[in-house]
Amino acid sequence: MSAEAGQQHPLGIYLKIWILLFVLSTLSYLVDYIGFQGYLRWTLILVFMFLKAGFILAIFMHVMWERMALVLTILGPPVALLFLIGFMAVEGDYTFGARVDYFGADPNAEPLPVTHIGAHEEEH
Amino acid sequence: MSETVASNLAAPRTGLPGLVDDWSVDKQTYHVPWGKAMMWIFLVSDTFIFSCFLVGYMTVRMTTAEPWPLPTDVFALSLFGSDPIPLILIAIMTFILITSSGTMALAVNYGYRRDKRMTAILMIATAVLGASFVGMQAFEWTKLISEGVRPWENPWGAPQFGSVFFMVTGFHGLHVTGGVIYLSIVAWKVSKGHYDKKGYEIVEITGLYWHFVDLVWVFIFAFFYLW
Repeated sequence: MSAEAGQQHPLGIYLKIWILLFVLSTLSYLVDYIGFQGYLRWTLILVFMFLKAGFILAIFMHVMWERMALVLTILGPPVALLFLIGFMAVEGDYTFGARVDYFGADPNAEPLPVTHIGAHEEEH
Repeated sequence: MSETVASNLAAPRTGLPGLVDDWSVDKQTYHVPWGKAMMWIFLVSDTFIFSCFLVGYMTVRMTTAEPWPLPTDVFALSLFGSDPIPLILIAIMTFILITSSGTMALAVNYGYRRDKRMTAILMIATAVLGASFVGMQAFEWTKLISEGVRPWENPWGAPQFGSVFFMVTGFHGLHVTGGVIYLSIVAWKVSKGHYDKKGYEIVEITGLYWHFVDLVWVFIFAFFYLW
Protein backbone atom coordinates (compact mmCIF):
# COMPACT_ATOMS: atom_id res chain seq x y z
CA MET A 1 0.00 0.00 0.00
CA SER A 2 1.60 3.28 -0.95
CA ALA A 3 0.82 6.29 1.18
CA GLU A 4 0.88 8.59 -1.83
CA ALA A 5 -2.20 6.89 -3.25
CA GLY A 6 -4.08 7.89 -0.10
CA GLN A 7 -6.14 5.77 2.23
CA GLN A 8 -8.56 3.72 0.21
CA HIS A 9 -10.43 0.78 1.64
CA PRO A 10 -13.59 -1.12 0.75
CA LEU A 11 -16.87 0.61 1.66
CA GLY A 12 -18.00 -2.45 3.61
CA ILE A 13 -15.61 -1.88 6.50
CA TYR A 14 -16.87 1.67 7.00
CA LEU A 15 -20.48 0.51 7.04
CA LYS A 16 -19.70 -2.25 9.55
CA ILE A 17 -17.87 0.14 11.88
CA TRP A 18 -20.67 2.64 11.47
CA ILE A 19 -23.25 0.09 12.65
CA LEU A 20 -20.93 -0.98 15.47
CA LEU A 21 -20.63 2.62 16.67
CA PHE A 22 -24.43 2.88 16.73
CA VAL A 23 -24.66 -0.27 18.82
CA LEU A 24 -21.96 0.90 21.23
CA SER A 25 -23.63 4.32 21.60
CA THR A 26 -26.95 2.66 22.33
CA LEU A 27 -25.29 0.47 24.95
CA SER A 28 -23.61 3.42 26.64
CA TYR A 29 -26.93 5.29 26.67
CA LEU A 30 -28.60 2.23 28.21
CA VAL A 31 -26.08 2.34 31.07
CA ASP A 32 -27.74 5.60 32.12
CA TYR A 33 -31.28 4.63 31.11
CA ILE A 34 -31.23 1.40 33.11
CA GLY A 35 -29.50 3.27 35.91
CA PHE A 36 -26.49 1.12 36.79
CA GLN A 37 -24.55 2.68 39.66
CA GLY A 38 -21.12 2.48 41.24
CA TYR A 39 -18.21 0.52 39.81
CA LEU A 40 -20.37 -1.38 37.32
CA ARG A 41 -21.55 1.92 35.82
CA TRP A 42 -18.03 3.42 35.61
CA THR A 43 -16.56 0.26 34.13
CA LEU A 44 -19.25 0.00 31.45
CA ILE A 45 -18.94 3.70 30.57
CA LEU A 46 -15.16 3.38 30.16
CA VAL A 47 -15.35 0.14 28.16
CA PHE A 48 -17.87 1.52 25.66
CA MET A 49 -15.99 4.83 25.48
CA PHE A 50 -12.64 3.23 24.70
CA LEU A 51 -14.18 0.87 22.14
CA LYS A 52 -15.88 3.75 20.34
CA ALA A 53 -12.81 5.97 20.46
CA GLY A 54 -10.63 3.08 19.28
CA PHE A 55 -12.80 2.26 16.27
CA ILE A 56 -13.09 5.92 15.24
CA LEU A 57 -9.32 6.37 15.46
CA ALA A 58 -8.34 3.05 13.92
CA ILE A 59 -10.83 2.81 11.05
CA PHE A 60 -12.43 6.18 10.34
CA MET A 61 -9.19 8.10 10.90
CA HIS A 62 -7.16 5.29 9.25
CA VAL A 63 -4.59 5.11 12.05
CA MET A 64 -4.33 1.31 11.81
CA TRP A 65 -3.16 1.61 8.20
CA GLU A 66 -0.63 4.38 8.77
CA ARG A 67 3.08 3.84 9.10
CA MET A 68 4.46 3.39 12.61
CA ALA A 69 6.31 6.75 12.49
CA LEU A 70 3.02 8.64 12.15
CA VAL A 71 1.10 6.37 14.55
CA LEU A 72 3.61 7.01 17.34
CA THR A 73 3.59 10.74 16.66
CA ILE A 74 -0.18 10.70 17.16
CA LEU A 75 -0.49 8.30 20.09
CA GLY A 76 2.81 8.92 21.89
CA PRO A 77 2.46 12.47 23.27
CA PRO A 78 -1.02 11.93 24.79
CA VAL A 79 0.53 9.27 27.09
CA ALA A 80 1.82 12.23 29.13
CA LEU A 81 -1.83 13.01 29.89
CA LEU A 82 -2.13 9.81 31.90
CA PHE A 83 0.38 11.25 34.37
CA LEU A 84 -1.54 14.54 34.51
CA ILE A 85 -4.77 12.64 35.22
CA GLY A 86 -3.07 10.55 37.89
CA PHE A 87 -1.43 13.49 39.66
CA MET A 88 -4.59 15.61 39.57
CA ALA A 89 -6.66 12.73 40.93
CA VAL A 90 -4.31 12.36 43.90
CA GLU A 91 -4.30 16.12 44.45
CA GLY A 92 -8.09 16.36 44.10
CA ASP A 93 -8.62 13.57 46.58
CA TYR A 94 -6.39 15.37 49.08
CA THR A 95 -8.24 18.69 48.62
CA PHE A 96 -11.60 17.02 49.11
CA GLY A 97 -10.36 15.30 52.25
CA ALA A 98 -9.07 18.61 53.63
CA ARG A 99 -12.43 20.28 52.98
CA VAL A 100 -14.24 17.52 54.83
CA ASP A 101 -11.75 17.21 57.70
CA TYR A 102 -10.97 20.88 58.36
CA PHE A 103 -13.83 22.89 56.86
CA GLY A 104 -16.72 20.75 58.01
CA ALA A 105 -18.02 19.93 54.53
CA ASP A 106 -20.59 17.14 54.36
CA PRO A 107 -19.13 14.36 52.19
CA ASN A 108 -22.54 12.72 51.68
CA ALA A 109 -24.60 15.75 50.62
CA GLU A 110 -27.20 15.02 47.92
CA PRO A 111 -27.90 17.43 45.04
CA LEU A 112 -31.28 19.18 45.10
CA PRO A 113 -33.92 17.51 42.93
CA VAL A 114 -34.31 18.83 39.38
CA THR A 115 -37.72 20.16 38.42
CA HIS A 116 -38.08 21.05 34.78
CA ILE A 117 -40.04 24.12 33.86
CA GLY A 118 -42.76 22.96 31.49
CA ALA A 119 -43.94 25.15 28.63
CA HIS A 120 -47.28 25.67 30.41
CA GLU A 121 -45.91 26.60 33.80
CA GLU A 122 -43.62 29.19 32.30
CA GLU A 123 -46.52 31.51 31.57
CA HIS A 124 -47.40 32.37 35.17
CA MET B 1 23.33 -3.13 2.91
CA SER B 2 22.45 -2.97 -0.76
CA GLU B 3 19.88 -5.65 -0.02
CA THR B 4 18.15 -3.43 2.53
CA VAL B 5 18.06 -0.47 0.17
CA ALA B 6 16.65 -2.60 -2.61
CA SER B 7 13.94 -4.02 -0.37
CA ASN B 8 13.15 -0.49 0.84
CA LEU B 9 12.52 0.63 -2.68
CA ALA B 10 10.39 -2.35 -3.54
CA ALA B 11 8.19 -2.38 -0.46
CA PRO B 12 8.90 -0.18 2.55
CA ARG B 13 9.15 -2.18 5.76
CA THR B 14 6.27 -1.77 8.17
CA GLY B 15 5.98 -1.84 11.96
CA LEU B 16 8.96 -1.05 14.17
CA PRO B 17 11.61 -1.71 11.47
CA GLY B 18 9.63 0.75 9.32
CA LEU B 19 9.75 3.28 12.14
CA VAL B 20 13.56 2.99 12.23
CA ASP B 21 13.77 3.27 8.44
CA ASP B 22 11.52 6.35 8.32
CA TRP B 23 13.51 8.20 10.98
CA SER B 24 17.01 7.14 9.97
CA VAL B 25 17.04 7.92 6.25
CA ASP B 26 18.13 11.45 5.60
CA LYS B 27 14.85 12.61 4.05
CA GLN B 28 11.16 13.14 4.71
CA THR B 29 9.95 11.10 7.71
CA TYR B 30 6.19 11.02 7.24
CA HIS B 31 5.11 9.52 3.95
CA VAL B 32 1.84 11.42 3.79
CA PRO B 33 0.89 14.69 2.08
CA TRP B 34 2.18 17.63 4.15
CA GLY B 35 -1.35 18.90 4.75
CA LYS B 36 -2.26 15.62 6.38
CA ALA B 37 0.82 15.64 8.61
CA MET B 38 -0.01 19.23 9.63
CA MET B 39 -3.63 18.30 10.36
CA TRP B 40 -2.44 15.48 12.61
CA ILE B 41 -0.05 17.80 14.46
CA PHE B 42 -2.93 20.22 14.97
CA LEU B 43 -5.21 17.44 16.20
CA VAL B 44 -2.61 16.23 18.70
CA SER B 45 -2.33 19.78 20.09
CA ASP B 46 -6.12 20.06 20.19
CA THR B 47 -6.19 16.77 22.13
CA PHE B 48 -4.18 18.52 24.83
CA ILE B 49 -6.58 21.47 24.93
CA PHE B 50 -9.64 19.25 25.37
CA SER B 51 -7.77 17.07 27.85
CA CYS B 52 -6.97 20.14 29.94
CA PHE B 53 -10.68 20.95 30.05
CA LEU B 54 -11.63 17.41 31.01
CA VAL B 55 -8.87 17.03 33.60
CA GLY B 56 -9.87 20.41 35.05
CA TYR B 57 -13.45 19.14 35.19
CA MET B 58 -12.31 15.97 36.96
CA THR B 59 -10.40 18.03 39.50
CA VAL B 60 -13.25 20.42 40.37
CA ARG B 61 -15.72 17.56 40.53
CA MET B 62 -13.43 15.61 42.87
CA THR B 63 -12.54 18.57 45.07
CA THR B 64 -15.92 20.23 45.49
CA ALA B 65 -17.61 19.25 48.72
CA GLU B 66 -20.96 20.42 47.38
CA PRO B 67 -22.97 17.71 45.64
CA TRP B 68 -22.66 17.49 41.85
CA PRO B 69 -26.02 17.90 40.03
CA LEU B 70 -27.18 14.63 38.46
CA PRO B 71 -26.77 14.95 34.67
CA THR B 72 -29.35 12.21 34.14
CA ASP B 73 -32.01 14.50 35.68
CA VAL B 74 -30.61 17.83 34.51
CA PHE B 75 -30.60 16.74 30.87
CA ALA B 76 -33.92 14.89 30.95
CA LEU B 77 -36.44 16.12 28.42
CA SER B 78 -40.05 15.27 27.77
CA LEU B 79 -40.94 14.55 24.17
CA PHE B 80 -44.52 14.96 22.95
CA GLY B 81 -45.83 15.36 26.49
CA SER B 82 -44.18 12.22 27.88
CA ASP B 83 -42.54 11.97 31.27
CA PRO B 84 -38.99 13.38 31.16
CA ILE B 85 -36.70 10.86 29.43
CA PRO B 86 -33.15 10.91 30.86
CA LEU B 87 -30.45 12.31 28.55
CA ILE B 88 -32.62 11.80 25.48
CA LEU B 89 -31.52 14.91 23.59
CA ILE B 90 -27.87 14.15 24.32
CA ALA B 91 -28.38 10.60 23.01
CA ILE B 92 -29.94 11.96 19.81
CA MET B 93 -27.05 14.40 19.42
CA THR B 94 -24.61 11.50 19.85
CA PHE B 95 -26.35 9.49 17.14
CA ILE B 96 -26.38 12.49 14.82
CA LEU B 97 -22.65 13.02 15.26
CA ILE B 98 -21.93 9.34 14.60
CA THR B 99 -24.13 9.41 11.51
CA SER B 100 -22.19 12.43 10.28
CA SER B 101 -18.91 10.59 10.90
CA GLY B 102 -20.22 7.75 8.74
CA THR B 103 -21.20 10.04 5.85
CA MET B 104 -17.78 11.69 6.14
CA ALA B 105 -15.97 8.34 5.94
CA LEU B 106 -17.96 7.54 2.79
CA ALA B 107 -17.14 10.99 1.35
CA VAL B 108 -13.40 10.27 1.74
CA ASN B 109 -13.89 6.96 -0.05
CA TYR B 110 -15.79 8.52 -2.95
CA GLY B 111 -13.21 11.32 -3.12
CA TYR B 112 -10.42 8.86 -3.86
CA ARG B 113 -12.63 7.32 -6.54
CA ARG B 114 -12.81 10.83 -8.02
CA ASP B 115 -16.60 10.77 -7.85
CA LYS B 116 -17.04 14.51 -7.39
CA ARG B 117 -20.82 14.47 -7.20
CA MET B 118 -21.12 11.81 -4.48
CA THR B 119 -18.21 13.33 -2.53
CA ALA B 120 -19.80 16.78 -2.49
CA ILE B 121 -23.25 15.38 -1.62
CA LEU B 122 -21.88 13.31 1.27
CA MET B 123 -19.83 16.22 2.59
CA ILE B 124 -22.86 18.51 2.49
CA ALA B 125 -24.88 15.81 4.29
CA THR B 126 -22.15 15.74 6.94
CA ALA B 127 -22.27 19.53 7.27
CA VAL B 128 -26.08 19.53 7.57
CA LEU B 129 -25.93 16.90 10.33
CA GLY B 130 -23.23 18.94 12.07
CA ALA B 131 -25.36 22.08 11.83
CA SER B 132 -28.34 20.25 13.34
CA PHE B 133 -26.06 19.11 16.18
CA VAL B 134 -25.12 22.73 16.89
CA GLY B 135 -28.81 23.67 16.72
CA MET B 136 -29.69 21.09 19.38
CA GLN B 137 -26.83 22.30 21.51
CA ALA B 138 -28.18 25.86 21.24
CA PHE B 139 -31.56 24.50 22.38
CA GLU B 140 -29.90 22.73 25.32
CA TRP B 141 -28.05 25.90 26.35
CA THR B 142 -31.24 27.98 26.12
CA LYS B 143 -33.14 25.46 28.24
CA LEU B 144 -30.46 25.32 30.94
CA ILE B 145 -30.02 29.09 31.00
CA SER B 146 -33.80 29.53 31.41
CA GLU B 147 -33.65 27.09 34.34
CA GLY B 148 -31.09 29.27 36.05
CA VAL B 149 -27.80 27.56 35.17
CA ARG B 150 -24.94 30.08 35.06
CA PRO B 151 -21.17 29.62 35.00
CA TRP B 152 -21.17 30.65 38.69
CA GLU B 153 -24.38 29.06 40.03
CA ASN B 154 -27.20 26.62 39.42
CA PRO B 155 -30.32 25.64 41.36
CA TRP B 156 -29.17 22.10 42.23
CA GLY B 157 -25.66 21.81 43.60
CA ALA B 158 -21.99 22.56 42.96
CA PRO B 159 -21.71 25.90 41.12
CA GLN B 160 -18.80 24.56 39.02
CA PHE B 161 -21.32 22.43 37.12
CA GLY B 162 -22.29 25.43 35.01
CA SER B 163 -18.76 26.60 34.26
CA VAL B 164 -17.70 23.12 33.17
CA PHE B 165 -20.84 22.67 31.07
CA PHE B 166 -20.52 25.97 29.23
CA MET B 167 -16.75 25.71 28.75
CA VAL B 168 -16.59 22.12 27.54
CA THR B 169 -19.72 21.95 25.38
CA GLY B 170 -19.11 25.50 24.17
CA PHE B 171 -15.60 24.76 23.02
CA HIS B 172 -16.75 21.55 21.38
CA GLY B 173 -19.66 23.34 19.72
CA LEU B 174 -17.24 25.91 18.38
CA HIS B 175 -15.23 23.09 16.83
CA VAL B 176 -18.37 21.63 15.23
CA THR B 177 -19.34 25.05 13.87
CA GLY B 178 -15.87 25.52 12.42
CA GLY B 179 -16.07 22.04 10.94
CA VAL B 180 -19.40 22.81 9.24
CA ILE B 181 -17.87 25.88 7.58
CA TYR B 182 -14.70 23.97 6.62
CA LEU B 183 -16.77 21.10 5.16
CA SER B 184 -18.99 23.46 3.18
CA ILE B 185 -16.01 25.25 1.62
CA VAL B 186 -14.24 22.01 0.67
CA ALA B 187 -17.48 20.46 -0.66
CA TRP B 188 -18.05 23.51 -2.83
CA LYS B 189 -14.49 23.36 -4.16
CA VAL B 190 -14.82 19.62 -4.81
CA SER B 191 -17.97 20.15 -6.84
CA LYS B 192 -16.18 22.87 -8.87
CA GLY B 193 -13.40 20.39 -9.67
CA HIS B 194 -10.69 22.42 -7.91
CA TYR B 195 -8.93 19.25 -6.77
CA ASP B 196 -8.87 17.39 -10.07
CA LYS B 197 -5.17 18.16 -10.50
CA LYS B 198 -4.08 18.36 -6.85
CA GLY B 199 -5.75 15.11 -5.84
CA TYR B 200 -8.40 14.38 -3.26
CA GLU B 201 -6.29 14.10 -0.10
CA ILE B 202 -8.02 17.28 1.07
CA VAL B 203 -11.22 15.31 1.62
CA GLU B 204 -9.37 12.87 3.86
CA ILE B 205 -7.74 15.77 5.75
CA THR B 206 -11.13 17.44 6.29
CA GLY B 207 -12.44 14.05 7.38
CA LEU B 208 -9.68 13.72 9.99
CA TYR B 209 -10.81 16.98 11.56
CA TRP B 210 -14.45 15.93 11.52
CA HIS B 211 -13.81 12.49 13.02
CA PHE B 212 -11.73 14.17 15.71
CA VAL B 213 -14.71 16.33 16.68
CA ASP B 214 -16.77 13.13 16.97
CA LEU B 215 -13.97 11.52 18.99
CA VAL B 216 -13.94 14.39 21.48
CA TRP B 217 -17.70 14.06 21.86
CA VAL B 218 -17.27 10.39 22.81
CA PHE B 219 -15.18 11.50 25.79
CA ILE B 220 -17.47 14.41 26.73
CA PHE B 221 -20.50 12.11 26.54
CA ALA B 222 -18.84 9.52 28.78
CA PHE B 223 -17.28 11.82 31.37
CA PHE B 224 -19.66 14.77 31.56
CA TYR B 225 -23.08 13.34 30.73
CA LEU B 226 -22.86 9.70 31.82
CA TRP B 227 -20.42 9.70 34.75
